[in-house]
Amino acid sequence: MDRSGIRGKLPAMVTAGPISIWLIIFVLLPLVYVFVISFMSRGTYGGIDWHFTFENYTMLLQPLYLKIIWKSLKLAFLTTAMCLIMGYPLAYWIAQKPAKSAAKWLLLVMIPYWTNSLVRLYSVNLLGMPNGFVNLFLMKLHIISEPIQFLYTDGMVLMGLLTAMLPFSVLPLYSSIEKMDKSLIEASKDLGANSVTTFRKVTIPQTMGGIVGCILLVFIPSIGMYQVPEVLGGGKVMLVGTLIKNQFLMTKNWPFGASMAILLMFSTIAMLLIYTRVGKLEELEVV
Amino acid sequence: MAESIVSLRHVNKYFGENHVLKDINLEIEEGEFLTLLGPSGCGKTTTLRLIAGFEDATDGIIEVQGDRVEDKEAYERDVNTVFQSYALFPHMTVYDNIGYGLKVKKVPKEEIKERVREMLELVQLMGFEGRKPDAMSGGQKQRVAIARALINNPKVLLLDEPLGALDLKLRKQMQIELKRLQQMLNITFVYVTHDQEEAMTMSDRIAVMKDGIIEQLASPREIYNKPATKFVADFIGESNIFSGTVIEINGEEATLETECGCCKMPAEGFAVGDKAHVCIRPETIGFSKEPVDGFTLKGQVKNMIFVGAVFRTLVTMENGYDVKINRVKYDGSYQEGDTLYFYWDVEDSTGIRDQEVTNG
Repeated sequence: MDRSGIRGKLPAMVTAGPISIWLIIFVLLPLVYVFVISFMSRGTYGGIDWHFTFENYTMLLQPLYLKIIWKSLKLAFLTTAMCLIMGYPLAYWIAQKPAKSAAKWLLLVMIPYWTNSLVRLYSVNLLGMPNGFVNLFLMKLHIISEPIQFLYTDGMVLMGLLTAMLPFSVLPLYSSIEKMDKSLIEASKDLGANSVTTFRKVTIPQTMGGIVGCILLVFIPSIGMYQVPEVLGGGKVMLVGTLIKNQFLMTKNWPFGASMAILLMFSTIAMLLIYTRVGKLEELEVV
Repeated sequence: MAESIVSLRHVNKYFGENHVLKDINLEIEEGEFLTLLGPSGCGKTTTLRLIAGFEDATDGIIEVQGDRVEDKEAYERDVNTVFQSYALFPHMTVYDNIGYGLKVKKVPKEEIKERVREMLELVQLMGFEGRKPDAMSGGQKQRVAIARALINNPKVLLLDEPLGALDLKLRKQMQIELKRLQQMLNITFVYVTHDQEEAMTMSDRIAVMKDGIIEQLASPREIYNKPATKFVADFIGESNIFSGTVIEINGEEATLETECGCCKMPAEGFAVGDKAHVCIRPETIGFSKEPVDGFTLKGQVKNMIFVGAVFRTLVTMENGYDVKINRVKYDGSYQEGDTLYFYWDVEDSTGIRDQEVTNG
């Protein structure tokens, strides 16, 4: 049968065609545009001056920006670590349940994710206000005499990132733990290993796909997330996401914002590449 | 009699409302090959898991080498398990899999190396040290699983349908090999299977289980020749079973009246009026065109099938029961539709008490 003609290509065009066109127009082309303007100069009135330059990238090396990048990485790292520490036990606990009640618990984990993220952020914000619930509660118990300044601190931003990211960490972890052959745990204990050794030598290596999936799903969005530092950090906690937003919307320095966005994107791709080298992509659990 | 290495006394196990083991008493002797045999859901695997420590008994006593182990974790018990699905660690090489038990016990590296080498030799897998389990065949994985368990020098090796996933030929080969290992190492094997032929081939003793009860615990020969219950007679090998009431006892022979006629069986242990079953194997049941003294059971030849090693004839009785006759070859004395009368040597048959009467 002739597969090279239009008939042979038809299935691919029908199935993958529409989304490809969509992605090319609304993702690939804008990306190319951002990539190109990241090498251009800033126009006098905020526009783009089509002169090739590396300046936008060298500017990133200024201590001010390096500091912001460093802080973003630090917060993203902390968020990821805490998501793993809190998400793993929860995912493990849910994975021990029968399928039906496991689905219920996962639903509970996911519900916050389905509520509007701004509403969620402002409710966290309310909790942390000087006359917010937490402060009032602590004062009523006479643990503190004056309200603590939670808002607009790194800690508050970390709280916000955790709230946003926890659901994403539980799902890949759950799916890898649930899929793991439970007889491996029995075999390990049978051979004389106690629970801690079994967890270290069998459970963790066997759920590595979920752990790495969790890291990728949490770490990457955490670096770039800008609503969280906006709402909970006020203007005081500056992260990469906010910085990029400011370059585009406030300072109108599109080329510089673009260079930072490109840097962020390539570091993400680099992370994925490193992962595909050390681990196997097919073992990656993203639900 | 050898000493018990594993004892189960009045062991009960419930899964929720489900009573899966009912007052199990079992003494496993040192160095024996004991098989727990029964259909799925009979409690054989649960029994094994209780000994291994993967499940807790609801009540009862479990002893290994005279020490009570009910409160001991699996890793504190001196028994090792070969799992049905092998349960090899996929992220470790064959070497690391086999050496795992010694490594977690902090045995020096040199000694581990030496012991793993010995084990690989024992299961004939030299040169496979660096392989991952995924790159091995079912039979090879099974050998690794056995080596991984045996390296710990367990007092008792528990095997949960270890050959279930292998094809017939490989299974037969592994049966012989397992028996060889057991005799060579002189370790007690507790083996779970639903395959009666496998149980017959390897075991010193077989515990036939049904619905959480041990129906009979005896040597393979005795279980085959003297089944203690109707279930055992039916489950082990093929049987023709006739049920009725004892109407006459004449020395060693009793006469049983069934709904389709009379037949004879050993009298031992029976009295007139007892309800009983008589079990006669297809290869020892006799037939003729005329009734034989004391036997009036008869039926019509339904079909004749050549099934490889045996020639089988099915004869349907008036009540619809199909009597099986197995012979090495067809003797040509009958055709489909002929009426045949059955008889047998009383010695070849087994009388079984009706359970409703004897229970309790």
